[in-house]
Amino acid sequence: MAGRYEIRYAGSGGQGVILAAVITGRAAAIYEDGLYVVQSQAYGPEARGGKSKAEVILSTEPIDYPKAMKPNLQVILTQQAAEEYVVDTLPGGRIIYDDFFVTSFPRVDANIYYLPIVRTAREKLGRDIVTNMVAVGAVARVLELEKMAKPESLKKAILASVPEASKKLNAQAFEEGFLLFKNSVHR
Amino acid sequence: MPEVAFWQGNEAIAYGALAAGCRFFGGYPITPSSEIAEIMAEELPKVNGRFIQMEDEIAGMAAVIGASIAGLKSLTATSGPGFSLKQENLGLAYMAEIPVVLVDVMRGGPSTGLPTKIAQQDVMQARWGTHGDHGTICYSPASVQECYDITVKAFNAAERYRQPVLILSDEVLGHMREKVVMKKLDPTQLVNRKRPNVVPEKFIPYLADPKDDLPCMASFGDGYRWHVTGLTHNDWGFPTNNPEEIEKKMKRLMRKIDRFRDDIVEYETAFTDDAEILVLAYGSVARSSLSAVNEARSRGIKAGFFRPVTLWPFPDKEVEKLARKIKTIIVPELNCGQMVLEVERAVHGRSKVVAQSLVDGELFKPDQIFKVIEEVA
Repeated sequence: MAGRYEIRYAGSGGQGVILAAVITGRAAAIYEDGLYVVQSQAYGPEARGGKSKAEVILSTEPIDYPKAMKPNLQVILTQQAAEEYVVDTLPGGRIIYDDFFVTSFPRVDANIYYLPIVRTAREKLGRDIVTNMVAVGAVARVLELEKMAKPESLKKAILASVPEASKKLNAQAFEEGFLLFKNSVHR
Repeated sequence: MPEVAFWQGNEAIAYGALAAGCRFFGGYPITPSSEIAEIMAEELPKVNGRFIQMEDEIAGMAAVIGASIAGLKSLTATSGPGFSLKQENLGLAYMAEIPVVLVDVMRGGPSTGLPTKIAQQDVMQARWGTHGDHGTICYSPASVQECYDITVKAFNAAERYRQPVLILSDEVLGHMREKVVMKKLDPTQLVNRKRPNVVPEKFIPYLADPKDDLPCMASFGDGYRWHVTGLTHNDWGFPTNNPEEIEKKMKRLMRKIDRFRDDIVEYETAFTDDAEILVLAYGSVARSSLSAVNEARSRGIKAGFFRPVTLWPFPDKEVEKLARKIKTIIVPELNCGQMVLEVERAVHGRSKVVAQSLVDGELFKPDQIFKVIEEVA
């Protein structure tokens, strides 16, 4: 497992990318042993309405610089985010694109996964609002492959972070996202 | 409260204050410090504490002074222009010797400046922002865990030295989340102000014990007469124009911090043993700096790292000692050069001091600092 593993969720305000990052971070900080975790987000006017991004850094060593420099994994939920952030990806890293909002993406040295994140939330689960939990599910599968965190840790963090009434829906969204990535083939 | 939490820096400060025994918050929310007020508003009533949102920061500072005089450990938090507004009453707290903790989550200035962006432009204001001479105790955390731990220390220092204690955080630290482990604090780890040990008729409110230069503090309402004023006062707390009494008060105000300087000063170092280049940084910038120093080390450059945990008193003796064997000290700051002046003062020309200034609202990236290390190597 890598010493420092950087994850960035990027999309637009309202897609819940900050909560996705907080949950990912909380999972690693609280439900995993021996991991250092820093979570941060773009803060201010830029985070409202327009583009929004949030980051999580996981490491077996203490984390000095708290922001992502070359994300190992990016989850990109809008075309604008694709154009702005994809170039930062660590060469050989992973990019998960939403196949509804992202229509074209720049060529970069990374494994590309083009997944129906928004469509799964909207069509399969009937609620756009769980887009972020579908994304967390996909990330959970990556973190399992990377031996960084167990999927159960992420699920626990979701259940600890959402209201009682929506636990079932959020858990479902997580499972769907997990399977999306598990059954995917990168381009 | 859980033993391990995943908190923002601002949350850690609020919970640290509660753990330290803080039972009053008075203030006026302002970005990027508002989460501190938010959490205190929610949590204080649960522990029989009080939260008051005042009409502005001036009143917020006045309220915490009043609450402290009434016997409660008190906190206020602010940012940017709010820190300016607090300065006048901060001076009253220095003069009347009232323990309070004031957190400034630094954003860009001057004036309303950059509400959502990081800066370190309040370092000299923390030292000299209110008029008149006084000792300053100012902590600068660099992690969320330290936000929690330092807030406990700040309350302890305020209670022990009977004066305001400042915490300078910054926007990045205030809003980023990290794991915090809450060590169980037993009562012996919490300092409480010295209470009068005489009957009320014999109480002289500003009569200090020569052993520590600190007078005992009575709370309003518990039967001890005490006059509180911002005017220079004698041992009885009443205004004086007597040169002897004036000098006695002023010298003691300075001495009560100076004589405990070594107890107060804190700093952290890495790779200083054989370092030829030293990066001296505080707050979030210390994290970019340590990353740059690690990079330099991996490339065989003998770089070291020094982080003042107390900005005031500044660890001048410690920096001076290192400067004897170090060629160049780089001081990266998110301002136009403030702490670098203090470093220059401390090293007396023993090493070259290079200021690195960034005022674009962003945190230094490690490679920006690494480039300067490479240049001077």
